[in-house]
Amino acid sequence: MIEAHELTKIFDGFEAVKNVSLIIPPGSVLAVLGPNGAGKTTTVRMLTSILEPTSGWAKIDGHSVLTEPELVRAKVGVLTEQHGLYERMKAIEYLDFFGRIYHMSATERKARSLQLMERFDLTFALDKRLGDYSKGMKQKLALVRAMLHNPPVLLLDEPTSAMDPLSAKQVRDAIVELQRDEQRTFLITTHNLLEAQSLANEIAIIRSGRIIAQGSMDELAREFVGEPVMELRVAGVMNGLAKDISDMVTVTETGRDWLRYSVAEPQVTNPALLRKIAGLGVDVVTLSPITRSLEDIYLQVVKEDEGGKNDDQR
Amino acid sequence: MATQAVPQGLPALRLPKWRTTLSNALIITRREVRDSFRDWRIITPIIILTFGFPFVAQFLAGKFLGFVSDYGAQIVGERTIPFLLMIVGFFPISISLVIALETFVGEKERRSLEPLLSTPLTNTELYIGKTLAAMIPPLAASIGGMLVYLFSLLTSDLGWRPPLALVVQIMLLTVVQALVMVTGAVVVSSQTTSTRAANLLASFIIIPMTLLIQAESAIMFLAPDAESPNGISSLWAIIVGMIVVTILLLRVGNAVFNREELLGRTIDEFNIKSIFRNIGRWIRAVDDKGSPARNLIHWYREGVFPAVRRLGPAAWITIGVFILTFLGGITVGQLPQWQMHLPQGVLMTDAAGFIKPLLSVPTQSGAWMAIVGQNGGILLAAFILSLFTFGTAALILTPAVYFILGYLFTQVVAAGYNPAFMLAAILTHGIVEIPVIVLAAAAALRMGAIVTKPPKGLTVGAAWSMTLGDTIKIALGLVIPGLILAGFIEAFITPQVVVKVLGG
Repeated sequence: MIEAHELTKIFDGFEAVKNVSLIIPPGSVLAVLGPNGAGKTTTVRMLTSILEPTSGWAKIDGHSVLTEPELVRAKVGVLTEQHGLYERMKAIEYLDFFGRIYHMSATERKARSLQLMERFDLTFALDKRLGDYSKGMKQKLALVRAMLHNPPVLLLDEPTSAMDPLSAKQVRDAIVELQRDEQRTFLITTHNLLEAQSLANEIAIIRSGRIIAQGSMDELAREFVGEPVMELRVAGVMNGLAKDISDMVTVTETGRDWLRYSVAEPQVTNPALLRKIAGLGVDVVTLSPITRSLEDIYLQVVKEDEGGKNDDQR
Repeated sequence: MATQAVPQGLPALRLPKWRTTLSNALIITRREVRDSFRDWRIITPIIILTFGFPFVAQFLAGKFLGFVSDYGAQIVGERTIPFLLMIVGFFPISISLVIALETFVGEKERRSLEPLLSTPLTNTELYIGKTLAAMIPPLAASIGGMLVYLFSLLTSDLGWRPPLALVVQIMLLTVVQALVMVTGAVVVSSQTTSTRAANLLASFIIIPMTLLIQAESAIMFLAPDAESPNGISSLWAIIVGMIVVTILLLRVGNAVFNREELLGRTIDEFNIKSIFRNIGRWIRAVDDKGSPARNLIHWYREGVFPAVRRLGPAAWITIGVFILTFLGGITVGQLPQWQMHLPQGVLMTDAAGFIKPLLSVPTQSGAWMAIVGQNGGILLAAFILSLFTFGTAALILTPAVYFILGYLFTQVVAAGYNPAFMLAAILTHGIVEIPVIVLAAAAALRMGAIVTKPPKGLTVGAAWSMTLGDTIKIALGLVIPGLILAGFIEAFITPQVVVKVLGG
């Protein structure tokens, strides 16, 4: 579990992170989105106890980043922004070195290294110097390093950047499996909105060091792009159907044989609506939700934040 | 993903804390040493300097000894042999500087430091591990090279053999020189973000070290005890001095080698405007957030006096050193070989007669300016030197006058004079001047020493700026006004009091 309360970091008078609060329960994935320089990496570094917060506190798996930094670092696996490998070493030596730091036995080091290298299709490159690895392979090996000591919490800074689609999928699958089967907690920073949408239980959008929006995909969509929108297609023409159902939902658009409406609680309203339409003798062909992408939400959040800032400045 | 049971996180090792620290540090050391030995740029010079250069040095020593002996200067040739031993040892350890810069700043540059900083290793473990890694290969090469040289010397037909104590001294000098270079390089590399910048700054290490080698060479040639079985005394003094420097640099290194310092610094920008703005802010500040004082009284009450209180241990150390120095002057003054034997019975009236004609406003005004200039100059010099000597210069320069006073006091009493006139000559203005000098010396000591142990939660740069702010606050608020007042008393009032006491 990750818990942070009003984390703030000031570098020489510059507030890189301001009052960031997070709670990520075990077995959850939080994706942190934001432009470059928004404070994502600084937040990760504070959660890893590499940087000391100027104010606020955080706990990783029950250990304070302020008073138990070594225990915190033992409990997290970190994928840093830059893979930072030792290029003269071979992969097996590299993993053995990190395994020693985590006080794993020789047998454990070897078994775990082989298992993870196999998981990410890197077995063929075990004895290769890391300088000869491709960019994507380096990224995968850095991820193997982060997972080596089987940490309960993983902080991954842009885990799939520089990876080809197949490798990126391997990484996403690994995250899903670890979260689902082993209740691992993840904090992922990314620019890849599709990835965030597919992996995260919760999303936080950070800008200029502040979290400007946080919640599940549905919560964010509701807050920033309004209530869910459904599309209804009927056999034949509408014949005043929009008017007939306007007491139950808000019709936003209509066509010859379709209409769209917004609804606060589709799971409650839609069955009743369908019963009513059937009663009116109209045949329903399809009823489907209009998906709102994370990109729409992100752009709306940033737009509103900019508007707010401009208002503040005025 | 199928996983097998492996420990999550760091299991506790059942070892004493120091052994855990060393054991963890050695994990880093082993990796770094192995990495160094994979780099031909490091390994090639090490091999050449260990196994090739000693024979060249031995060959040259033989030729040189033969040449100078032809001109009856055999002693010059003989003293070249230990000198070459030192050079054979020094060349490989100079590589330690390169390795230290490479392992710290090079790793920062290649961005491989952050994964290491994300592990449970402590700052001390990382620091020890990397310091040992920078030292072991060159030091092994250095000692290896010296042993090869000594072996070739012992198996040669040269009749002269260096005294064992001298060989031990040279070996020790080599070790402490390596320590100073590596610990210095850690400080340099933690304050830079590129190998290029670190190499440029490394000249602050290599130039003094080269000068030291020259001094050591001169000592080996010229020392009267060059052939002593106990070694050369001045070389022992250098070894002790270097150990002190190493300890201070280790403290600085341990203070600056922390995760915040290493990752927080991103560019080597020298923004003089920002530096001055920052220092100015701390001069005006009345709290640790840097809030400016509302007025002069607020500044004194909330800015200057708390800054004096923050001097704490530095002030007590300074007072202790001043008292000891004064007592030292008294002690030395009582040693027969150091006594001055002042003329008896004439000094008092002579002094009064000498002082009286000088008591005119123009003369005294000139004296006032001279006194303030003299005292201010000494304190300024102590402050500047303290910055480069971790504060020790403040404890050497400023108490010197108290040693002289203690010494003179003993001479006056020994000559049978009433010491009251001397007390009058010192204490009349000393009531102001002595506390002011103690304050200034303590502030200079704190200023120089702050880099060795910045307060928790502050970077070295931040601690240094805040302490400089405190020091300037004390200087502007108390020391400069105090020196002006003490100078006025010394020029205008002290002579009158002294003349009265002398009975003039």
